[in-house]
Amino acid sequence: MILSIKYFGLLAEVTGHSEEKIEFSGKSISDLKTILFQKYEELKNKDFQIVQNNELTTNETKVTATEIALLPPFAGG
Amino acid sequence: MNRYSRHIILSEIGQAGQDKLSKSKVLVIGAGGLGCPVLQYLTAAGIGTIGIIDFDIVSESNLQRQVLFGASTLGINKAKAAKARLEDLNNTILIKAYPEKLTHKNALTIFKNYDIIVDGTDNFSTRYLVNDASILTSKPLVYAGIYKFEGQVSVFNYKKGPSYRCLFPKQPETGSIPNCSEIGVLGVLPGIIGTLQANEVIKLILEIGEVLSGKVLYYNSLNHQINLTKVNRSEKEIQKVMDTKTVFEALDEEINCEIPIRIISIKDAINKKNIQWIDVRDTNVNPEINHSEVLQIPLKDLKQNLNKIELGKEQILFCQAGIKSKKAASILQNHKIHSSFSLKNGACEVMKYFNNKNYDR
Repeated sequence: MILSIKYFGLLAEVTGHSEEKIEFSGKSISDLKTILFQKYEELKNKDFQIVQNNELTTNETKVTATEIALLPPFAGG
Repeated sequence: MNRYSRHIILSEIGQAGQDKLSKSKVLVIGAGGLGCPVLQYLTAAGIGTIGIIDFDIVSESNLQRQVLFGASTLGINKAKAAKARLEDLNNTILIKAYPEKLTHKNALTIFKNYDIIVDGTDNFSTRYLVNDASILTSKPLVYAGIYKFEGQVSVFNYKKGPSYRCLFPKQPETGSIPNCSEIGVLGVLPGIIGTLQANEVIKLILEIGEVLSGKVLYYNSLNHQINLTKVNRSEKEIQKVMDTKTVFEALDEEINCEIPIRIISIKDAINKKNIQWIDVRDTNVNPEINHSEVLQIPLKDLKQNLNKIELGKEQILFCQAGIKSKKAASILQNHKIHSSFSLKNGACEVMKYFNNKNYDR
């Protein structure tokens, strides 16, 4: 399926996109991470949560939505 | 006419609600981009007691977004300057300034005097400290963080709700995510996000509407994208913090035992002999300085490149504005390299120096 991935904060700079569509044939969030880390090696060193259906996911969460967001912590104030 | 008449005529607030506001005590950590709008609206709203903790002083580059300050407060401690401005805005409330750094040692004692804590800090070590101290003192925490044009807001530790650690369990390494002074921020953004925080504080006190607990709000000021993400309480993460209760105040020495960083001006730097220039900015940042005497080691790669530091020399570390270079100096200190200086001026000054030098030849 085609996933639409949103990158928030500095992840947009790391990946060069604020949003992109990717082809995904895996099952879990862990599979998705593998693909993203292959595509953007620098992502491995970043802290973020993967959000699906407005909920935080874990590695085991099944990918069911077509819209996914990567949310990093923000330091600034 | 009563100062609070526009509140009191609202059926959701009334005199009873206004009395609740005036009996409340709110502590705002950081009188910066977020802290200023929070403080301004809480003061105007008549919160009875407001605490402001900030060790920093007002500098000119703050004025683009830190709306409580001006030319007359440059160089003055932010907590004190904010207190003076806010007392003019509302002289019927009590404002207490803490012109000091929040530490593990003082956090619990200060937090105990307040009902609600507001996080307006600009770095992760203080954010996690604020979160943990809020858990240990059972205080609701109105959190926000900003990045360039984007912000996050949430209310933590509210009625058995989640904490910041339930959202982001692991504290990012220092320097891995830049803050506003390093990468810039749209001035109005903390105004928007800080005002959302002030709104949550008032809702918490009045017990009206839906408090932003159990979810984190994400806002992008460029495209008005808003996301609300559910956050569940993690008993494991909360318990980890509770387990530090007896040793919490002693945790400081590990975290805050920074050796002062030596700062140097370009003038003093160029008068030194036997120095090594190190550019710690990321690659491809303007102005690019390609000079045989300048070594490029981006801050994030510094730890892996300690072998490139020439120990017989003194290092002049520089970046765009003198922030990253301070971190670099601190990393070197931690690796027992005490011969470095952080350059006060940024790369532009270094470039000017090398350009003139080449010209002289």
